[in-house]
Amino acid sequence: MASRPRTLYEKIWDAHVVETRDDGTALIYIDRHLVHEVTSPQAFEALKVAGRPVRRPELTLAVPDHNLPTTARRDANGMPMPIADPESAAQLAALEVNAPAFGIRYIPATAKEQGIVHVVGPEQGFSLPGTTIVCGDSHTACHGGLGALAFGIGTSEVEHVLATQTLLLQQSKPMEVRVEGDLGPGISAKDLILHIIGRIGAAGGSGYVIEYRGAVFERMTVEERLTVCNMSIEAGARAGLIAPDDTTFAYLKGRPMAPQGAEWDAAVAYWRTLHSDVGAVFAKSVTINAADVEPSVTWGTSPEDVVAIGGRVPSPADFADESKRVAVQKSLDYMGLVPGTPMTEVPIENVFIGSCTNSRIEDLRAAAAILKGRHKADNVRWAIVVPGSGLVKAQAEDEGLDKVFTDAGFEWREPGCSACLGMNPDKVPPGERCASTSNRNFVGRQGPGARTHLVSPAMAAAAAVTGRLTDVRELV
Amino acid sequence: MQPLTRVEGRAIPLGLKNVDTDIIIPAKWLKTISREGLGAGAFESLRAEPGNVFDDPAYQGAPILIAGDNYGCGSSREHAAWAMLDLGIRVVIAPSFSDIHSGNAVKNGILPVVLPQDAVDRLLDVAREGLEIAIDLEAQTVTTPYQDRFTFDIDPFRKHCLLNGLDEVGLTMARGEAIGAFEASRTAGQPWLMRGTAA
Repeated sequence: MASRPRTLYEKIWDAHVVETRDDGTALIYIDRHLVHEVTSPQAFEALKVAGRPVRRPELTLAVPDHNLPTTARRDANGMPMPIADPESAAQLAALEVNAPAFGIRYIPATAKEQGIVHVVGPEQGFSLPGTTIVCGDSHTACHGGLGALAFGIGTSEVEHVLATQTLLLQQSKPMEVRVEGDLGPGISAKDLILHIIGRIGAAGGSGYVIEYRGAVFERMTVEERLTVCNMSIEAGARAGLIAPDDTTFAYLKGRPMAPQGAEWDAAVAYWRTLHSDVGAVFAKSVTINAADVEPSVTWGTSPEDVVAIGGRVPSPADFADESKRVAVQKSLDYMGLVPGTPMTEVPIENVFIGSCTNSRIEDLRAAAAILKGRHKADNVRWAIVVPGSGLVKAQAEDEGLDKVFTDAGFEWREPGCSACLGMNPDKVPPGERCASTSNRNFVGRQGPGARTHLVSPAMAAAAAVTGRLTDVRELV
Repeated sequence: MQPLTRVEGRAIPLGLKNVDTDIIIPAKWLKTISREGLGAGAFESLRAEPGNVFDDPAYQGAPILIAGDNYGCGSSREHAAWAMLDLGIRVVIAPSFSDIHSGNAVKNGILPVVLPQDAVDRLLDVAREGLEIAIDLEAQTVTTPYQDRFTFDIDPFRKHCLLNGLDEVGLTMARGEAIGAFEASRTAGQPWLMRGTAA
């Protein structure tokens, strides 16, 4: 088996095959399982009804994130604040009861380690290179930034993992996205991944696991790699991967759930073998020239609707495919945009800095660097920063970033998914626009009728300052 | 889950591409701890449009949905499959599906049928005439009253589960010994992998 050159994806896959079936599916062992309140209650319920235990409770970590309000978690007496919405409260309470009932470690909303599952996993060293990681959330692809095979699953699969610590899977095909050259000054990982999705399309990675290759990714910090891999799902890919290296190991060393001592050394020795071999074959390969990447922004209602900030709102006539022309017209109607309008003339009423894509400390630093000594424009009605975890929040406060944000007119919130998906009270009003560091610009995603423009943290900060979509390089 | 062998009936001619799971069921409907009743929120934003296909009496109760490329993209929410099932949809025909959603669909007894765009376009025309379309899972065919006959591919395991309404969790639990052997070899060779939150 070792003789044939293999891709990183194939190596991780092979290391997790419990057994292969005649029909081509394989039973794949799952090393790490993250659980949140929205996609787990029906799975726990099914286990209860069938009288099934959780096979390996220590391989699952439960954290509430989707539904939590991002306002204060404790009252003046230090008591946990009740959740106003009864349905949200019931769903959060279900996780709080289910996790310990099945022996699963639960991080409560009031703990400083609480946060968005995809921020918490890497931060705690629960997510490790070469592991298989799943969660009932499509942005699980995020953890691929550590060199883990990580992907989202549905609730039936959550139940399957809880009961068996495995999944029955068909192997995906390996795809390579190679980025040549260097990113220009002021161009972020978010700009790059939006550019890539714009190039390959929202279904361009369908059936594939993408490995991001090239010196650009080798130079990236772990936080930047997590941002890139996070949005692999927006290109339709099952997962995204970046080979682990010294940057990855330095990030993980000493984290609470990472291996220690002699086990750490053995783990690193193994992780060093996790890269695509010379001569490994990718089923699909796309090359991107880094010099072509500008600050990116979306104009429509699919993450593939990307344009450089210097560009204009497209016209349906610009597209060859008939079904795409129909979709573009529908998107423009929803977004209230006129073809030919320069993107920098699009006004912004709301700014959201947060989500599993862009809520880590580096994201907050990048936004704060633009906002320092500035204030949001008068037409920006609502601007919030939602740190990815309590630890990110504390770090930012140590650095004085919270003050920069509040001085600039932003609200400084508690961690959670927040306005990325508008499940909790943080929503963008109908018909209003939001410059958002999140990952999806779908119809109604940030609230019914909300109009989302996906951007990087620095670009979101720039839009807040000028009150319109803006090339952040003009403010540096 | 209910077995699926043959489905015959009218089809909802949606045709739209990149129908994401936020469109199928918006986030505000995800606060439930049950699988039931989600049909009320299904395709809410599309149903807000006058003259939409979902509320067209011609397609009431239709068990088939025809959509464009990349159906079910986006969020992994299985609530999308539960919502469709609650509407009575048992088959979705599209040129492509998102990986996660097609898996969720099958686990709930909904058959995703992948056909080329020209076949999908033809079926959209037939559906718009209000004619019935038939899907035979055993034979892997889609047929129309005009004698159109399209064959589709499906993973044999998925087909087996759908035809028999099988519970995959129960099937895998029966492989407990093989899983145990795999775990034992990990514990011996790479113990840190098995520690998880107990590290």
